[in-house]
Amino acid sequence: MSLLRHDLYIGPIGAYIDPPFPVKKALITHGHADHARAGHDSVLATHEAVGIIKRRYGEDAAKHYQGVAYGEKVQMGEVAATFYPAGHILGSAQILLECKNQRIVVSGDYKRRSDGTTVPFEPIKCDIFVTEATFGLPVFQHPDAHAEISKLLISVKNFPERSHLIAAYSLGKAQRVIKLLRLAGYDAPIYLHGSMINMCAFYQENGVDLGDLRKATGLPKGALKGQIVIAPPSATKEVWARRMDDPVICMASGWMTIKQRAKASGVELPLMISDHADWNELITTIPETGAGEIWVTHGREDALVHWCQTQGLKAAPLHIQGREDEQAEDAA
Amino acid sequence: MKDFALLLESLVLTPARNAKIAHMVQYFKDAPDPDRGYALAVLTGAMSFKNVKSSFLKNVVLEKVDPVLFELSYDYVGDLAETIALIWPDKEEGELPSLSELVLELRDLPQKQLPALVATYLSRATASQRWAIIKLATGNLRVGVSERLAKTALAEFGKKPLDDIEHIWHGLQSPYLDLFAWLEGKGPIPEIHRHKVFHPMMLSNPVDEAKDFAGMNPADYQAEWKWDGIRVQLVLGEGETRIFSRTGEDITHSFPDLADTLKGTGVLDGELLVGADFKPMSFNSLQQRLNRRTVTAKMMGEFPSFVHSYDILFDGDEDVRGLPLSERRKRLEAWVMRYGNTRLDVSGIIPYQSWEELAKIRIQGAEEEGHEGIMLKRKDSAYVAGRPKGPWYKWKRDPRLIDAVLMYAQRGHGKRSSFYSDYTFGLWKGNEIVPIGKAYSGFTDQELVQLDKWVRNNTINRFGPVREVKKELVFEVAFDSAQQSARHKSGVALRFPRINRIRWDKPANEADVLENLNQFFN
Ligand SMILES: [Zn+2]
Repeated sequence: MSLLRHDLYIGPIGAYIDPPFPVKKALITHGHADHARAGHDSVLATHEAVGIIKRRYGEDAAKHYQGVAYGEKVQMGEVAATFYPAGHILGSAQILLECKNQRIVVSGDYKRRSDGTTVPFEPIKCDIFVTEATFGLPVFQHPDAHAEISKLLISVKNFPERSHLIAAYSLGKAQRVIKLLRLAGYDAPIYLHGSMINMCAFYQENGVDLGDLRKATGLPKGALKGQIVIAPPSATKEVWARRMDDPVICMASGWMTIKQRAKASGVELPLMISDHADWNELITTIPETGAGEIWVTHGREDALVHWCQTQGLKAAPLHIQGREDEQAEDAA
Repeated sequence: MKDFALLLESLVLTPARNAKIAHMVQYFKDAPDPDRGYALAVLTGAMSFKNVKSSFLKNVVLEKVDPVLFELSYDYVGDLAETIALIWPDKEEGELPSLSELVLELRDLPQKQLPALVATYLSRATASQRWAIIKLATGNLRVGVSERLAKTALAEFGKKPLDDIEHIWHGLQSPYLDLFAWLEGKGPIPEIHRHKVFHPMMLSNPVDEAKDFAGMNPADYQAEWKWDGIRVQLVLGEGETRIFSRTGEDITHSFPDLADTLKGTGVLDGELLVGADFKPMSFNSLQQRLNRRTVTAKMMGEFPSFVHSYDILFDGDEDVRGLPLSERRKRLEAWVMRYGNTRLDVSGIIPYQSWEELAKIRIQGAEEEGHEGIMLKRKDSAYVAGRPKGPWYKWKRDPRLIDAVLMYAQRGHGKRSSFYSDYTFGLWKGNEIVPIGKAYSGFTDQELVQLDKWVRNNTINRFGPVREVKKELVFEVAFDSAQQSARHKSGVALRFPRINRIRWDKPANEADVLENLNQFFN
């Protein structure tokens, strides 16, 4: 029996990694909806990821939870699983599976840049590396996130009569943007869409200082003039956004690299801030793991598989059910 | 160049007209002469360059980037210029040229030197700047700024009436130093020579039968047939004869048979058609004469060109655009009588008493003569450039509808370049579907995103930029007319096809059969 199948089923222990359907035993890399869902019997994840799952889906999202710390080895029969930081969002992990002499690392989503809201990624030596490929094309070369924040702050200064409404995924991206703003010295209150408050509070409880956060609702007319407001991408197009004063629609996402995509989403000020590895990070990480075999999932598999093959590595795309629609996922 | 790149990026990403204007006004304030003048020339399309081919830049990229990775990237991004800008593998230290420097280099340097020079600049630029340089150097700007919008920004920048700018526009030359001097109050309004230039045309709006007619008195309007040819402006006098298209393009060379016969001094507005004795042939016949490099005697014999004139802008040297239409009409009739041109007459006026009566005439005209519709013009209207709401209406005949099946999709251009937005659709002929036309419009941006996704998920074949899709999606296609055409595989050609509705609900086997088009033939 192989240790890991292409659908990320761990045969020897009858468990799945990030299954998109309810299973008896799930090992979960992080709390995003396309990786963590409700309805499993038992869940093994980092303490923070367990916290996020409970916050998002309720305490009864799973029957049993087992939280682990980074680097803590969990032995399950002949298989050992260790969660290492992935640098993607709070509590995100790569999962190292060890069985006999074989080591497999499932990266989950990851990025290589430190961001002040998560523990930075560390490359783990392994035989098979299962990598994400959300931005697996050489056109994706994310610029420095701090420069993107300066662009935003210049616009805030130039248009004091307008609100700046930033579309950002409510788990991970929103907190990262807030943290970046704080690091850039922006200490004014930041206003939030109601659906963000829960996760921001969770980050603050876990020691990520996000400063003065306020609810964007129930304010007198004109109160949001010149202010920064953060909302999930769906809300920016809804009635909700009408409370803003002629808002400059911004979006924080790696997809913003492509102008026509930004334009199609109605974004006036694109912020190329991504929580995923860009092309250069993907192709530096792969050799760092020392793996001779690469499985590619989550996004633009073809290009990365091709690149691996030109490097003499064995590589295969995984087309995992429920993951095809990554592009619509705002978490990028 | 850096400021101009920022301007282009803002313009591309700003959907709102007013915000686009604000960005341009700010640029005109900040940028020095002659940069802003060249920017204006580039934005309005008065200057464009084609001496650098994107294929050259692509080859530079391919020296360092794996071709498979390049193709996958291009397929994803959709726009070649943007793909090259994002993937550009070289970096070097160095200054970027100013916009004027770059524009003059693109215009004046020997063509052989340009690609290498542009490649050097690309290596010094950021991804966004590279995108702007490539757009500029390959003559492929498309940032959603019309000439009209740029002029509106100029008017706002200089606090001058837009009409004043329109009046002199076609006599101005880049880099527009005299224009900017006037706009900034540092010089007089630039003088232009009226006989050599195109004067912007007056255009109409579609009439909304339900809303507009209630407030319109039939006695106030002059009705004319809307001829199915091409709208032209004749600029005549001082030994010059020029035929301009609606956009101001000089098309005199395509119609020497007409141009050689025209006598008189003045500027006239009319419809160019083909046919003998002022009897128009179909638009298809006219098309034989358009966009040809050489005009053969045979073509001119088979499809002789003539003009039905609608209006007069200059009677001799006198600018009559400010007169009411009723007065201009008298001037026009007298002018045409005076010179007795053999291929120029006056488009007739349709007598009518009420809207109901005119509606009957309109339907009859469409059915019996194949007329496109009727023009309604206020008798007291001045001739104003652009598309003012109110004085002129077009009352087109109702579109025809047919349910067709999507067959192929191709990526669009400009803001749609990363979407599959050009659709080929077909109708049933026995057990197969035969293509009958292509449509690029009629859907919202949101629908475009859905369609793009549908295309990507239902592709069964790829031929270069074209995807063949499962024959499962039905479009309700609207079109103005259908004609038999030997050039099309299906034997029919549609005019102005557009997607009226996407019938997500309708199974493909319920789409129309080809014979259903027969009823629409003229
Ligand atoms: Zn994620």
